[in-house]
Amino acid sequence: MQENPVLPVKNAVKPRVAVVKFASCDGCQLTLLDCEDELLAIADRVHFAHFAEASSDLQPGPYDLTIVEGSVSTPEDRHRIVKLRAQSKKLITIGACATAGGVQALRNFASSDEYKKAVYASPEMIQTLSDSTPIARHVQVDFELRGCPVDKQQLIEVLLAFAEGRQPKTSTESVCQPCKRRGTVCVVVAQKKPCLGPVTQAGCGSICPAYDRGCYACFGPSAQPNMRGLSEGLLSGKLSNPQAAMFLQSFHAASDEFAAESLRLWQIESRSGKTKEAT
Amino acid sequence: MSQDQGSSQAGGRLIRVPILTRVEGEGALNIRLRGSSIEGVELNIYEPPRFFEALLRGRPIEDVADITSRICGICPIAYQMTAVQAIESILGVGVPASIADLRRLVYCAEWIESHVLHIHLLHAPDFFDCHSAMELVKKFPVEVKRGLRLKQIGNRILEVLGGRAIHPINIAIGGFYRLPKESEIRELIPMVQQGLEGAMQAARWLSGLSFPDFSVPYNYVSLTHPERYPIESGEIAIDEDLIIQACQYESHFQEVQVPHSTALQSRRMPDRGEYFVGPMARLYYNQSRLTPQAKQLADQIGFDARRCNPHQSILARAIETVFAFEESLRILTSLSYRELYQSPCQVAYVPKAGGGQSLTEAPRGLIFHRYQIDAQGHVESAKIVPPTSQNQARIEADLVCLLEQMHAQSDRAIAQACERLVRTYDPCISCSTHFLKVKIDRL
Repeated sequence: MQENPVLPVKNAVKPRVAVVKFASCDGCQLTLLDCEDELLAIADRVHFAHFAEASSDLQPGPYDLTIVEGSVSTPEDRHRIVKLRAQSKKLITIGACATAGGVQALRNFASSDEYKKAVYASPEMIQTLSDSTPIARHVQVDFELRGCPVDKQQLIEVLLAFAEGRQPKTSTESVCQPCKRRGTVCVVVAQKKPCLGPVTQAGCGSICPAYDRGCYACFGPSAQPNMRGLSEGLLSGKLSNPQAAMFLQSFHAASDEFAAESLRLWQIESRSGKTKEAT
Repeated sequence: MSQDQGSSQAGGRLIRVPILTRVEGEGALNIRLRGSSIEGVELNIYEPPRFFEALLRGRPIEDVADITSRICGICPIAYQMTAVQAIESILGVGVPASIADLRRLVYCAEWIESHVLHIHLLHAPDFFDCHSAMELVKKFPVEVKRGLRLKQIGNRILEVLGGRAIHPINIAIGGFYRLPKESEIRELIPMVQQGLEGAMQAARWLSGLSFPDFSVPYNYVSLTHPERYPIESGEIAIDEDLIIQACQYESHFQEVQVPHSTALQSRRMPDRGEYFVGPMARLYYNQSRLTPQAKQLADQIGFDARRCNPHQSILARAIETVFAFEESLRILTSLSYRELYQSPCQVAYVPKAGGGQSLTEAPRGLIFHRYQIDAQGHVESAKIVPPTSQNQARIEADLVCLLEQMHAQSDRAIAQACERLVRTYDPCISCSTHFLKVKIDRL
């Protein structure tokens, strides 16, 4: 295996890092274990004091850095995140669940009781909040790393930046820019496929268009996205309003910009439905 | 192990493992003992429920693979493949042989990535008195680094065929969104050859382990296929004398809800018995259909699933890792590229109303999906039964057997042994969409 001196050792005292999970699929923590070439170098540089998925030696706080995966969706977790914040000098959230509520935030647009009934025979045994919310809704967060899942290189950059005491350098451009640089022929222009690339933050490597499908926004809204422009310019004609709304409602459904635009599209639909009924 | 919290009350004991470690997702264990009698063992899944079956309702069928993938970051392909196959069965879509080969290849890659992760990073530390792979690597640098390299190869196949390793984006109803170039596929061959060699070495290293003495008669359940080792298709072997068709799954297995878990537990009907899915079950019914080197290896190291020792599941995973590399190599070297690129990468389909299901073998065992869709191609209802919710009742039954043997020991020893036993199952708690927890009460 090739040696990758990703995190040079500067001093002997290693910062104590906790990796914790809320409602999520484990994929973003797994990204850390997927840093095959860099994992051992990272473990040389920071001390994983509490990382249940990787180690049975769980040490109590305080921690220099807490990395949080997952969203808050139960009464218990609402308290847990507050306690955790109090024990952490810095707190970073990773992934769509932690930064936007995740795919489970689709329940925010529906009745949570109906959801429980659909899955469980005895819904009263299940304790959940009606909404799935990002960590920053509950406590102060020092940095949010987007992605469903997060990108390995970006995660390493975040850890490196933390170890060096600086802000991480992660892009805020949209998926379109790296897509062009990758040399992919635009799927909207050439194949008339709906694509959320223009309003989605880069970070994944613009994979979907390179695989002949439209971006479905794993990294959430880009900075100041032109949502109306997207709906009226790029999606209309390819998708009906409800289809376009649903396209926006996936892994970042509860992000402010996506939520507002999808609700606007639903409203247009329900208004036109009423007009049709009236005529 | 996490900090186990024991307490004594009026001659009884409560032993808790509040956070199970080196498993995927969050669970705990609660054990209540009074003298030598075991009053309760609960694997609590406190992983918050995410209601996937509910949030799929109304979604276009094209979204199902992308959404169900998010149930589990470790085995997304299992969810995607089972979902698209179930939907294809409703639409009457069959994929060409070369596409089916590539799908089997990407599924093999997931077995590799998931098994190698569990073997080296989660399970092996237990055999060497280590808390983590980060500690284990100090004792076994060559072995752990080899493990990381094997995992990387699995992930590389996933990246080429799936677009990325976690939540791949290229699995579509009818095939793939795009096929990788021939050169991209061919570049995998030397890597996989290297991986096969490394996987053999890893299996030989693990065959030298000494295993705790523990054995319970198991009711193994796995897919079985007349010609090949089962991954993406087959009939269901329930016991020696009973093989059923996939469409009969729900008349033989039923999910029940228990108060201590957000995961539904699956039981065999009609007697509500526990059953065991995963690599041990697959080998039990299919060892003779392994690829040549994997079969030879299993014979050489004397692996026998009939011994029913769950601690040996690490060997089962090592054997299946060799199999997955060998099978990947077979597919890569026998693939008909002409046929592959001649037909479209995605078979065209027209939505139609109906219901359908699919069963495949996820790295952790049998997985079941059923969907009902409408004429416009929207999901009306979904049912997903992941491997861990099928194993959960079996894990609890195993813990009772273990406690019968060791109830006189200290709370700490009990908590440690129980957690170790749970880990042999490679439980994926995030997967148990619906939910696992360990604490021990001695009353």
